[in-house]
Amino acid sequence: MTAVRIEFDEPKCVAAGQCAMVAPDVFDQRDDDGVAVVLDDTPGPGQHEVVREAAAVCPAAAIHLIES
Amino acid sequence: MNRIVVVGASAAGLAACETLRREGFEGTVTLIGAETRFPYDRPPLSKQLLAGAWDPSRLSLRSPAQIDALRLDARLGTTATGLSVADHTITLDTGPLAYDGLIIATGVRPRRLAGDQTHVLRTVEDALGLRERLGPGRRLAVVGAGFLGAEAAAVARGLGCGVVLFEPAPVPLAHAVGERVGRMLATVHEEHGVDLRTGVTVTSAEALDADEVLVAIGSQPNTEWLDGSGLRIDDGVVCDEYSAAAPDIYAAGDVARWRNPLFGVDMRVEHRTNATEQGMAAARNLLRPYARRPFAPVPYFWSDQYDLKLHAYGHLRAHDAVEIVDGSLEDRRFLAAYRRGDRLVGALAVGLPPKAVRPWRQAIADSALWKDVT
Ligand SMILES: Cc1cc2nc3c(=O)[nH]c(=O)nc-3n(C[C@H](O)[C@H](O)[C@H](O)COP(=O)(O)OP(=O)(O)OC[C@H]3O[C@@H](n4cnc5c(N)ncnc54)[C@H](O)[C@@H]3O)c2cc1C
Ligand code: SF4
Repeated sequence: MTAVRIEFDEPKCVAAGQCAMVAPDVFDQRDDDGVAVVLDDTPGPGQHEVVREAAAVCPAAAIHLIES
Repeated sequence: MNRIVVVGASAAGLAACETLRREGFEGTVTLIGAETRFPYDRPPLSKQLLAGAWDPSRLSLRSPAQIDALRLDARLGTTATGLSVADHTITLDTGPLAYDGLIIATGVRPRRLAGDQTHVLRTVEDALGLRERLGPGRRLAVVGAGFLGAEAAAVARGLGCGVVLFEPAPVPLAHAVGERVGRMLATVHEEHGVDLRTGVTVTSAEALDADEVLVAIGSQPNTEWLDGSGLRIDDGVVCDEYSAAAPDIYAAGDVARWRNPLFGVDMRVEHRTNATEQGMAAARNLLRPYARRPFAPVPYFWSDQYDLKLHAYGHLRAHDAVEIVDGSLEDRRFLAAYRRGDRLVGALAVGLPPKAVRPWRQAIADSALWKDVT
């Protein structure tokens, strides 16, 4: 079974919030500046599809997935 | 469908290639790009790269391993020069190439003043070339106070340059964000020591008293290679609500003008997230002609100016009225709502928590009635 680990390059984040929209159980945004927060960096299989979508739509290429 | 060709190797083209593979397409994906670099991110060009905070390697949208995994027939440094719809063939500067499906993602290029060779800002090379000419005591003239010109002016001030910013309109960005927000932004620039000259149309860079001139007067879609192809071109490649320009031909990103059913208007937006989202939508619709879905996004862009970050949602340009519905312009923490007819069509937020902004984005996606939200 694939495992997915999220690496988040925070300084690149532009606070667009696409990730929190696509995968709200895995990403949130800070109140003060909107920068993303990873709620769960090893999400379960049920989240893999939306997490891949989040990595693909992130306009700053700040979300990296390590799949093994 | 065995051979899909994507023309334009930037945000929209990359998203299209990735989506084709994620959706299980096993045929040949050819990616044609005039630039020699693998896809990189442009927004930092007028921000971190120009400021000298990042070097170009940070701009890569994907690592070499991620690109390899896409199994692309990548042809960089290659330019498409023609299209024959009837023959399902494009012409490259290296020869002809047949396709079963085509995605056009050739973006835009900066407009220039007639006959002039001043700085523009679109590529890594442009940004590096400008950056090395900026520094304390240097005088930069920026022609055009749109988002791009305004961001560059802010960065140049941060680098210690004297900056003159020319804008033909009385209030910068008024057509885009409304008078009041535009005036606030103008004040911010003046507070930071930018010499803002509104109501001035610059026609030649030569007369300007500056060490360097940056021309930021808008852009022009890269569609010349499609002239004579029969595709409709009207300030961009004209597409339907599925982003289709013709059977088996889609367009995405800055070059595409499509009918956004959410607002019922044809639009072409030069926004980073739209390039990705439309690239994805075009790829999906191309692969599944019988299960096509209209591309109906709430457009979104951000802009950094000094310590302010603007987030804008929706279709602001054609608004009839603007109202500040949260916070205040004076505090530079506010949410402006935009009305067209009886609908909410846009929102622009500065300094507010995402939780306060999300419901507005949702209301735009729902085409909420103005009277219900204000
Ligand atoms: C300096 C700058 C700052 C920006 N800041 C922001 C921002 O803060 N927020 C935001 O939302 N957006 C911003 N944008 C806009 C955003 O970068 C664009 O919307 C995005 O790059 C569009 O991607 P694209 O793939 O559609 O087109 P492009 O990035 O323009 O890529 C098109 C590619 O196609 C290639 N090409 C063109 N013609 C041919 C041909 N005939 N054959 C082969 N290849 C061809 C081009 O060389 C180019 O590499 C900014 C843009 C710039 C330039
Ligand atoms: S999508 Fe990317 S840029 Fe936007 S908030 Fe999430 S991580 Fe940050």
